[in-house]
Amino acid sequence: MNIDATIEFIAALFMLVGSIMALISAIGIIRLPDVFTRSHAGTKSSTLAVLLTLVGAFIYFATNQGFYSVRLLLGIAFVFLTAPVAGHVITRAAYRANVKMADTTVEDELKEVMDKVQEEAKKERSESGEVIIEDEKKPNKEHSD
Amino acid sequence: MVQGMLVTALTIYGIAICISVFRIIIGPSLPDRIVALDMIGVMLVSSMAIVSVILTTTAFLEVILILAVLAFISTIAFSKYIERGTIIEYRRDD
Repeated sequence: MNIDATIEFIAALFMLVGSIMALISAIGIIRLPDVFTRSHAGTKSSTLAVLLTLVGAFIYFATNQGFYSVRLLLGIAFVFLTAPVAGHVITRAAYRANVKMADTTVEDELKEVMDKVQEEAKKERSESGEVIIEDEKKPNKEHSD
Repeated sequence: MVQGMLVTALTIYGIAICISVFRIIIGPSLPDRIVALDMIGVMLVSSMAIVSVILTTTAFLEVILILAVLAFISTIAFSKYIERGTIIEYRRDD
């Protein structure tokens, strides 16, 4: 087994391990109880799957064809920049839309803070004599099921 | 040997995408479905890399970048829709 075949084997091994990571995160997304834990499974391990697979493809093209693809490295950088942002934004939207948490949830620290802030805002508004418009909150309730 | 490993990896990605499609079908709330959809986009990116290695062509490498951008933008748009009820706000100040 010469050196090129060995490096190709290592690249294929990278891609195989990446696909196994994707399978693990898919099992997590089907087995975990609520949307917050599911986003944990979906974001973290699929980021690792993309890293391993694209690094494997990069090594394969570099040894087999002598082609150092900048687009693959750019793809890795882009996924690493956007996956945490997307996970954070979707989880925040889910919390604001009052998606039900799992029954095994122990603590929800953000709820106390949100209640306090809303209480203070309501007090300020009633002191300044402003009419409270409830229409702004209606669209959120459609997705609370 | 290498070809067999690559085909196996592509098959495993297919199984993972099928599991995520199942979550999109049964998902109780809209954010569940969007998390699964975002994951499908990310897995399509990696499977396109494997496809381009199997066919030994570099023509599919642009698809990786475009799929990554589309998955990110769609996730952001959907989460904004959940949070505010609209995607593009037409707010007039006057």
